[in-house]
Amino acid sequence: MGVPQIEMRDVGLSYFSPKHETEALRDIRLEVKAGEFISIVGPSGCGKSTLLSLVSGMLKPTRGEVLLMGERVNGVSPRVGYMLQHDHLFEWRDVLSNLLVGAEVRRIDKKKAKEKALYLLERYGLGGFAHHSPSQLSGGMRQRVALVRTLVAEPDILLLDEPFSALDFQTRLTLADDVHHIIKEQGKTAILVTHDIPEAITMADRVLVMSKRPSTFSASYDIVFDEGPDLTPWRKREAGRFQEYFNGIWKELDAHVASAG
Amino acid sequence: MSLPPVDETKEPAAISGLPEAPSARPQSNEAPKSPAYRRYLKRQRRRTLFIQLSRLLLLAGLLALWEIAARLRWVDSMLTSKPSQIFSSFRELTVEGDLLKHTWTTGLEMLVGIALSMAAGTLIAILFWWSTYASKILEPYIVVLNALPKVALGPIFYIWLGDRYSIYGMAIAISIIVTIMMIESGFKELAKTKLKLMESFGATRLQMLKMVMLPASVPNFIATLKVNVGLTLVGVIMGEFLSSKAGLGYLIIYGGQVFQMNLVMVSVCMLALMSVVAYGVVNWIGNLLMKKYHYEG
Repeated sequence: MGVPQIEMRDVGLSYFSPKHETEALRDIRLEVKAGEFISIVGPSGCGKSTLLSLVSGMLKPTRGEVLLMGERVNGVSPRVGYMLQHDHLFEWRDVLSNLLVGAEVRRIDKKKAKEKALYLLERYGLGGFAHHSPSQLSGGMRQRVALVRTLVAEPDILLLDEPFSALDFQTRLTLADDVHHIIKEQGKTAILVTHDIPEAITMADRVLVMSKRPSTFSASYDIVFDEGPDLTPWRKREAGRFQEYFNGIWKELDAHVASAG
Repeated sequence: MSLPPVDETKEPAAISGLPEAPSARPQSNEAPKSPAYRRYLKRQRRRTLFIQLSRLLLLAGLLALWEIAARLRWVDSMLTSKPSQIFSSFRELTVEGDLLKHTWTTGLEMLVGIALSMAAGTLIAILFWWSTYASKILEPYIVVLNALPKVALGPIFYIWLGDRYSIYGMAIAISIIVTIMMIESGFKELAKTKLKLMESFGATRLQMLKMVMLPASVPNFIATLKVNVGLTLVGVIMGEFLSSKAGLGYLIIYGGQVFQMNLVMVSVCMLALMSVVAYGVVNWIGNLLMKKYHYEG
C-alpha cells in the first residue's frame, strides 16, 4: 500500500479573536486512499467545513500537519477541487465560460480546458447548454455545472461541502446519484461533508462522525452492502444494512448533541 | 435527466421613474387573449394615458397660473418673472447671447467631473478592498471628510486651483466620498459571497478583481453613477457660484446680482433640462451594460 492521498497528522485548529481563543479541531487523524469516498457527519458548527478548508490549503493548521500524496500542504493546491454549498455561477458569463473559471485562474491551457469542459457537459447531460446563461438553468443543473467546473481544473481530490443542501428533496436525491456516478467514473478521491445521515451513508465508502467542539473523529463506519459494491446511492437506501448504519450513526451523533445540551 | 431550462421572463422593473408600460407580456401568438385579459389590458392602457395627461396638465396649469398671476399683478413680475417673458428671453439668449455656450461649459464640467470622480472613487475603493490596512487607517478620515460640508473648501480650491479648475475640485469633493463608500460596500458584499470559489481555486487578488469584483459590480457601478451625476452637478454649480466666468451657475449668480429674474429663470430651466438629459443618458448606458453582462432574466 502506497502513500495515502490525504493524510492529517494530529491536526488541531484554533481561532483567535481579541477576546477568545476557540479550539475548533483537536487531534484529527485521517488517512484517505486514492479513489476512496468518505463522508463526514457531525453536529452543526463542529468544524466540518473547517476541516475541508484545511485539506484544500485555504486554512493553515495551528498544530500538526496535512499531507497530500505525502507532501505537506502549503497554500491552495491544484490537486484539490472544491464544490461549495452554493454554485457561485457568475451570471455575467455563460455556462461554458463559467466552466473555465478554474482553468483560467490556474492558467491551464485554454484550448484543452475548453475541450474537456465541452466533453464533460456532453457526458453528463448538459450538452445543449454551453451557451445558456446560468439563470436559465434549474438548481440541480446549476450544481452539476458547478461540479463540472471543478472537474475541468483536473483535481485528484474533490471536497464537497454540503453541495446538495440548498436544493429541494427530489432534486437532491437524483443529483446525489449523478454526482456519485460522476465522481466514481472520474476516479476521484472525495470527501463529502453533510448533516444528512442517509446522504453520508449512501454516497461514501466510509462515514466518519465528528464530535462537538473541540471536534475530533469519534467513530468510523466502513460502509459495505451485501447487495454488492456498485449500488447507486438511491438503491442503497433500500439495501439491507442501511437502517443498521443509520441507527448506529444516529446514536453516535445523538450522544454528542445530548452532552452538548 | 435533463430538465427543461427555467426561463422566467421577468417583468421589466420600472426603474426609470417613467410610468409603467402597459404590461405587454410576450404572450405567445397562438394563445388567444381571454376577454377578461383584454379588458385588463385596456384598463391598464387607459390608466397610463391618464397619468401622462395629468402630468402635462399639471405643468400647463402651473405655467398658466404663473402667467395670469403676473399679468393681473397678483404678484410682482419683477420678482417672479413670467413664463412668456422667460420664453422670449430664452430665444434672445440663445440667438444673440451665449446661453448655449454657458450650457456647454457646465455640461462639459459635469462630464469631466463625473469621469474623474468615478475613476478616482473606484480606484480608492479597490485600494481599500486590496489592503485591509489601508482601509483601517483611512477609515476615520473618510468619515470626517464625508461629514464636512464641502462648500467650506471653496476658497481653498479657488486659491490652489484657480477659477477654472476649482470647479472640478468642488465637483469631485462633493461626489467622490459617496462614490467610494457605495462602491466599497458593494465590494464588501461580494467578498462575502462570490470570492469563496475564487479562493478555492487559489486565485490571486488581481484575478479576483478582474474576474469577479469588477464584472460583478456592474449593477452597483450603475447605481453609483446615478447618484454621482446628481452630486457632481451640485458640485459644478456650487463651484461656479463661488468662482467662474462662464457656465449656468455663473449666469444664475450674475442674473441675481443685476436683478434680472428672466436670466435666472432661463438658466434654472436649462439646468433642469440638462439634468434630465444626463439622467436619461446614464439610464440608457446602464441598460446597455446590464444587458451586456446578462443581469436581466
